[in-house]
Amino acid sequence: MRDDAFDMLRRMTRARVALGRSGDGLPTQAKLEFQMAHALARDAVWGKVNFDGIAEALAPREVIKVASAAPDRASYLRRPDLGRRLAACEASTLPSGPFDLVFIIADGLSADAVENHAADVVIATEARLAGLTIGPVVLASQARVALGDDVGTAMRACLVAVLVGERPGLSAADSLGVYLTLHPAPGLRDSARNCISNIHGHGLSADRAADKLAWLVREALRIGVTGIGLKEAAPNAAIETTTPTPQIIHHNTTGAHRHE
Amino acid sequence: MTGGFRSRHRGETHVFDDLKTLLACASPRRSGDELAGVAADSAARRVAARMALAEVPLRRFLDEPLIPYESDEVTRLILDSHNAAAFAPVAALTVGELREWLMSWEADAERLAALAPGLTPEMVAAVSKLCGNGDLIAIAAKCKVVTRFRSTIGLPGRLSSRLQPNDPTDDPMAIAAGTLDGLLFGMGDAVIGINPATDNVEACIRLLTMLDELRLKFEVPTQSCVLSHVTTSIQAIEQGAPLDLVFQSIAGTEAANAGFGVTLALLAEAQEAALSLKRGTIGSNVMYFETGQGAALSADAHHGLDQQTVEARAYAVARAFSPLLVNTVVGFIGPEYLYDAKEIIRAGLEDHFCAKLLGVPMGCDVCYTNHAEADQDDMDDLALLLAAANVNFLIAVPGADDIMLNYQSLSHHDVMRLRHLLGRRPAPEFEAWLARMGLLDDSGRVPPLPGHAPAVARLIGQGARA
Repeated sequence: MRDDAFDMLRRMTRARVALGRSGDGLPTQAKLEFQMAHALARDAVWGKVNFDGIAEALAPREVIKVASAAPDRASYLRRPDLGRRLAACEASTLPSGPFDLVFIIADGLSADAVENHAADVVIATEARLAGLTIGPVVLASQARVALGDDVGTAMRACLVAVLVGERPGLSAADSLGVYLTLHPAPGLRDSARNCISNIHGHGLSADRAADKLAWLVREALRIGVTGIGLKEAAPNAAIETTTPTPQIIHHNTTGAHRHE
Repeated sequence: MTGGFRSRHRGETHVFDDLKTLLACASPRRSGDELAGVAADSAARRVAARMALAEVPLRRFLDEPLIPYESDEVTRLILDSHNAAAFAPVAALTVGELREWLMSWEADAERLAALAPGLTPEMVAAVSKLCGNGDLIAIAAKCKVVTRFRSTIGLPGRLSSRLQPNDPTDDPMAIAAGTLDGLLFGMGDAVIGINPATDNVEACIRLLTMLDELRLKFEVPTQSCVLSHVTTSIQAIEQGAPLDLVFQSIAGTEAANAGFGVTLALLAEAQEAALSLKRGTIGSNVMYFETGQGAALSADAHHGLDQQTVEARAYAVARAFSPLLVNTVVGFIGPEYLYDAKEIIRAGLEDHFCAKLLGVPMGCDVCYTNHAEADQDDMDDLALLLAAANVNFLIAVPGADDIMLNYQSLSHHDVMRLRHLLGRRPAPEFEAWLARMGLLDDSGRVPPLPGHAPAVARLIGQGARA
């Protein structure tokens, strides 16, 4: 064989194969590269989104900052229910619409995802949706996807698009997801949403994500449904419902999702 | 004989309304029980609950089901299959006395195996709450649960592994690369098991066929599995796919299993279908189950039980189908159920302990997600503790990084190192195969070989063309 057999393995997959051995352990470089990937993911989870920077990027669009009922990051991680509700009195700060569409940028589980991609996706999507009444962009901290239901209700939004930081993996710590919901209302099931996931540098670009999202928005307004019903109407089955990543445990649609 | 429980300590009386409240309050602190609102609200109340629990006669768990017999088929399974003769030696004991008996030298592998059909999940969950981590390890280490298909898993002195070469696109080349990487470390004697990115029959059959070709090419004495939904596996069998093991995620209540889209009848149908293929050469354990604390609560199907007790009930489901393999995916579910490494490690030891006492061939996916307070050092710790507890198998992923499911498990290195460190060997049939392939040295260890070594070049060169 001309090639080292291990080179062949490395070419076959993105997985961490043929890392080499120091006795029974990893060589130092492989050990530290793994630690760095995990460190980036941890920093993304615990990072605080610079919402002022995002507001600047979105200018001159109006933005409104809100907080969920989770007082801090540790509570947010322990109590998903708190991240799905607005903090007391927050609803009264929101304009009461009505709007065709409201964008909500939620920190979710990756500050990096939101800082790197969220404003780009909002701007690119808006450019594809001339003629719609779009509300101020809501910037939500310690927030999960279902917070959009509270916000959408208060703003009388026909549709909410929640842009949320996905749970970081070792290969991408800044992956953004978008969840679109028609007629948002508290207690809505996740199966009533459509999801576009994996928006990051090596995944879906902001422009491609905006293409998909704009199509979903117009189609949802036309046929009056999001979730499974809209997924089935999508061309090439390109649009997912709210289970973007396969799971070890095959949860039903109300189970734990990647963004949570 | 309903009615509450009381525990008095230094003038303070703690009252627990019923058995499930007592069990929940006796559990070590964990985020999932707090999320469910069933945890003890103080450290003292937690220990007071254990004091009261220690006095509860084991019989009470037979008389007072935590979830009604009429409304839950898992409760019916547990009570209908309870073996009174096996239970007889401990029938007069309390939970506290059972712990002491389990710790005693009298309780050896043989007596523990004989007792297993007489124990219910609620009894073993209760006794686990009185055990420290060291107790959980020492007692579980005495249990022997051996299963067979093409390899023998669970023999003393052995530590098997599931090779998990997942790929986000189910690319056969990438999966082959991960598989070959693992085989070079001696992984895969429990199973070569893939979580498919797409759960449909065509994808399942494609992966099963590819794995079977690889196995036959090198005559590897192991079994493969594509971890699809049980209905997908049944369809694959009907279409003639080379399916060794049927996989399913299971939980401890009828409602939680409904959330997974399964019933006991459906599992029985799947087992029947897999048995009809007669693909096992040395045994007919054809089922593979995964479980994990928090699954029932996440489906809102926990009936007010604490997550460890309801998890133990899943093992009663498992043992009804004589599985080859069962493992808890302990840290996968996330910090709202197991917040940090302390909680993950404890849960891993509890799950292994409870399953082994019930006679279930338990392994573990020692793992965590990036939003949990844990890292690879914690996985090193849990893996070492479970190996000391004689866990049947551990899951191993290339470089510990599952690029499809986006979480971290153990690496091939980690499991191999545990074998070398503790003198544990792979399944005997698989060990003989490793020797034939030139992958073992004279001392039975897997030596580091360069990429141009004949054994490596042969395996990778031929395997990559499969």
